[in-house]
Amino acid sequence: MTAPATHGPDPAGRSADGPNAGPPSAGGRSSGSAGPDDTAAGFDPGAAAGRATDAILRDTLHGPHRGVVVDSPPGAGKSTLVVRAARELAAAGRPLMVVAQTNAQVDDLVVRLAEKDPELPVGRLHSNDPDPYDKVLDDLPNVRKSAKAADLTGLDIVISTAAKWAHVQGVEPWSHAIVDEAYQMRSDALLAVAGLFERALFVGDPGQLDPFSVVGADQWAGLSYDPSASAVSTLLAHNPDLPQHRLPVSWRLPASAAPLVSDAFYPYTPFRSGTAPGERTLAFGVPSDGSGPDRVLDEAAESGWGLLELPARRTPRTDPEAVRAVALVVRRLLDRGAAATSERSPGPRPVTADRIAVGTAHRDQAAAVRAALAELGVSGVAVDTANRLQGREFDVTVVLHPLSGRPDATAFHLETGRLCVLASRHRHACVVVCRAGVSELLDEHPSTEPVQLGVTIKFPDGWEANHAVLARLSEHRVSWQP
Amino acid sequence: MSLISTLARMEAVASGSAQPLATVRHRRISDRPLVLVPLTTAGEAGAPLGALVGTERDAPRLLTVAQPRDRDLRFAFLGELAEAVLPYLDEYADAVEPAERSEADPETGKRVKVTVELCADAPQIVVPSRPGIDFVRLLGRSMRFRRTAEEDPDAAYPAPPRVPLLGRWLTHYGERARVPGSSLLLAATDLLNRHWATGQSSLEDQHLGALLAWIDPPGSLSGADAALHAELDRDPAGQLVCPPAGPATDPAFDNKLLAPAVEAYDRARQALAAAEDGPRAEERLARLTAAEHAIRALLADVMRPTWDSVWHALDLLRELPEGGRVADRWTRDRWSFTGHRDRVRAGEPPQPRHDDAVTAAQKLASRESAQGQLEAQEALDDPLVLAGRRLSGEAFLSEVTEVVMAYSESRRPSPRPLVTVRTDDRPQLGEGVKVYRSLDGKPQSAEFVRYEEDGSPVLRLTDRMGRAKDPAPGSVPEKGDRIAWTLFEHDQRGGPKLPDPEDTPWTHGGPPGADGTPGVGAPDGSGAARGSYGRTGTDAAVGPDPMTEEDFL
Repeated sequence: MTAPATHGPDPAGRSADGPNAGPPSAGGRSSGSAGPDDTAAGFDPGAAAGRATDAILRDTLHGPHRGVVVDSPPGAGKSTLVVRAARELAAAGRPLMVVAQTNAQVDDLVVRLAEKDPELPVGRLHSNDPDPYDKVLDDLPNVRKSAKAADLTGLDIVISTAAKWAHVQGVEPWSHAIVDEAYQMRSDALLAVAGLFERALFVGDPGQLDPFSVVGADQWAGLSYDPSASAVSTLLAHNPDLPQHRLPVSWRLPASAAPLVSDAFYPYTPFRSGTAPGERTLAFGVPSDGSGPDRVLDEAAESGWGLLELPARRTPRTDPEAVRAVALVVRRLLDRGAAATSERSPGPRPVTADRIAVGTAHRDQAAAVRAALAELGVSGVAVDTANRLQGREFDVTVVLHPLSGRPDATAFHLETGRLCVLASRHRHACVVVCRAGVSELLDEHPSTEPVQLGVTIKFPDGWEANHAVLARLSEHRVSWQP
Repeated sequence: MSLISTLARMEAVASGSAQPLATVRHRRISDRPLVLVPLTTAGEAGAPLGALVGTERDAPRLLTVAQPRDRDLRFAFLGELAEAVLPYLDEYADAVEPAERSEADPETGKRVKVTVELCADAPQIVVPSRPGIDFVRLLGRSMRFRRTAEEDPDAAYPAPPRVPLLGRWLTHYGERARVPGSSLLLAATDLLNRHWATGQSSLEDQHLGALLAWIDPPGSLSGADAALHAELDRDPAGQLVCPPAGPATDPAFDNKLLAPAVEAYDRARQALAAAEDGPRAEERLARLTAAEHAIRALLADVMRPTWDSVWHALDLLRELPEGGRVADRWTRDRWSFTGHRDRVRAGEPPQPRHDDAVTAAQKLASRESAQGQLEAQEALDDPLVLAGRRLSGEAFLSEVTEVVMAYSESRRPSPRPLVTVRTDDRPQLGEGVKVYRSLDGKPQSAEFVRYEEDGSPVLRLTDRMGRAKDPAPGSVPEKGDRIAWTLFEHDQRGGPKLPDPEDTPWTHGGPPGADGTPGVGAPDGSGAARGSYGRTGTDAAVGPDPMTEEDFL
């Protein structure tokens, strides 16, 4: 057998540091632009991604290790990988269980599997709640649904949430498992399901929001199996030799966004956009009326990013001016007949409400934005918190900056993953609405979290990432007095 | 901080006195709590300096360590502490009532009901402040692995009798204090801060004297002025009039009073040791005793204000009626006490240094469900707490304006009445959002259907209406009923069953004690983490931590 490299193949020839590797030596990375032998002309994203996928599947199907970890930056084809790995494992005759984190993710995977291979027998294990799964699944002839694992034995693939799997007992273990969104899964959730499988492929995005607990878990900080840590950190602490791969290309993020997101949130494991500059464009049917929202939309259409800066002010969380500004931007985006051109279709496609998302830090902010949108007669736009937007994709996103109008910068608002999720949901453009003064606020609130012994410190920290994003966004600033 | 507590703090600033955050008491205050005011030595982690302890507010028992760096004296102190605390715990251990508990039958593996003992009441320890709880935990950790001469005749430095036992109990109480809503070990500052909002920062709220001054200022002073006095006033000798609630002491006290007194004690001790004949030794012994008494008097003076403050806080809290669901949470505390009593009586070893993976996950899960339960129960017990949830859109008060009977579309239609309500609150309702109300103490759930044109929400009741076609009497609200709905659940679902510690999976390092549990236990694998809490192994007191490279830096 050809022994696979411990790290994923690195087609671009850049530093092959795994996610746990320390900072690269000086000069190992040059601010997101092309590396030494990685000129735009010489980089074939499709081939690079294909080589990474092949190596992952080789390790998964034929490797000697019980686990394989795959780090995937935003929109790098994680779901595609999961579907492909699932089908190959099923084809190899290995009974497979798939663990996802939410019911929406499970249903989405089932639908994708059925699209690729309608003949494949798939089991959807669901809860006893009313409406436990998406009704779309009822139209798929080879998908069997049950609340009992025993009803689904013998099927090639059984899919459910981690919460449901945790209640499964007294069944023969599966020979293989795929754990999706493994970085968002808590260590204790993995503990509850790990007895169900012999080997597993763990797939996830290390840059997104870490799992959290509503009660203090400091007493276990530094233990390798800290129950509030992510499943992957526990897994790797106990099994440091597992092969770790990463997907090198983001298919979602446009060429304008990948460098910023890669630099700010994945400085030691950079990735590339799958599309070249100019391949994706955003245009409006109606010209700008010169207002702040229109100007920021023009800037975002031009450059991929827009920062609508309101005057500095300390506000409650549901800052009425900022909330209204967010709603206005969405309203104008729809009114001006935005059309997106991308590699997916030959001509421009209109950006409809369902292709737009609004992201906030808090639920009450999302509720306020929903109310403001309803007032402006807008419906169908996804408005949610970072936690709930994880894993989703839109053409244009409008983000209420987590630190806008705040008097302080708490660990919650500084969390790296929160900003990363909000800044990486879009295929074309992202508009950030923010009060002025966040940069000063950051300088007044350096990170003061205690250092816990034995805990691997995550780089970059939220403070650093926030500054990096702000610095780049300020190049696309439109100041506006509503 | 929630909007309503921010509002209460602003009102406190404006009015100069603390504002209520609750209309009922959300924690159990025992009829006979044990108050413990500990002091620690500056710069010497875990070295107790003294304590006032007891259940009688007029007669605290004074325990002191004249020279905190002397480990013999330290252990003598801990021995005395055990004599002061353990009899109090023992009083509650034998007053039991029968209770039912479901257990896995060892032969069939099925859940069966068994009748077991449940202590009728539980002992409660109250310390002044949150660092006091940490100190209790630290004392517990420092004592529970010690061995007495009886347990280990070869021990070079045997601990006084009952000290390890006290360590196990303090550890248990310290762990229990981490469970949201528990009342076995309470800090007076936490209790006051739960029930009142002051006009000072939450950091300043950790000062028991200032906190009490805001809530119940002496004389005609405003709360704000009284708090300032409590924080800053010093007597002519430069000592704080209201000493810190500990366990840390004021540096001025350490430097000006304590250090000279300890030095005098040390000199007297040296002199006694150097005494050559009987009469001289007697005279020097008297001087040593006098020096020790001087330290005792100093410490008594510096701890007494805190002691009185704790009782003052308990008085204030007792004036509030107890919340309706506090007894339910106290029952859990009684189970916790009973459970540890049983483990001690069964001769199980002390709690391990670190939780193993399964125990840690179990504790986290139970604390998360306790937190959810606590938040729901406090809101249901207390209209003021509910008001905070209403303000944040998580609950709403409503009046029923219309009830239309409807049925589900299944083969056996069940009642699913549509209830239209009018509310002045602004709940965060949306498609499929579930709401709950309390019906005879049990939650009844409904789901949001739509808004009427006038903005009234329409809800569909979904359960607790019985099995018949017609809903059970009283289970469907009537027009004009005033109902509080919550968007949060009232009960918490139980978590999944975790594997036994012996079956810890490979992702979590395999069973504890086996190879590959980095960071835990001794290097030879005879780690303290073996087994779940006290289930296997008898020698949980293990050798020192392994040497690491850092030890030689």
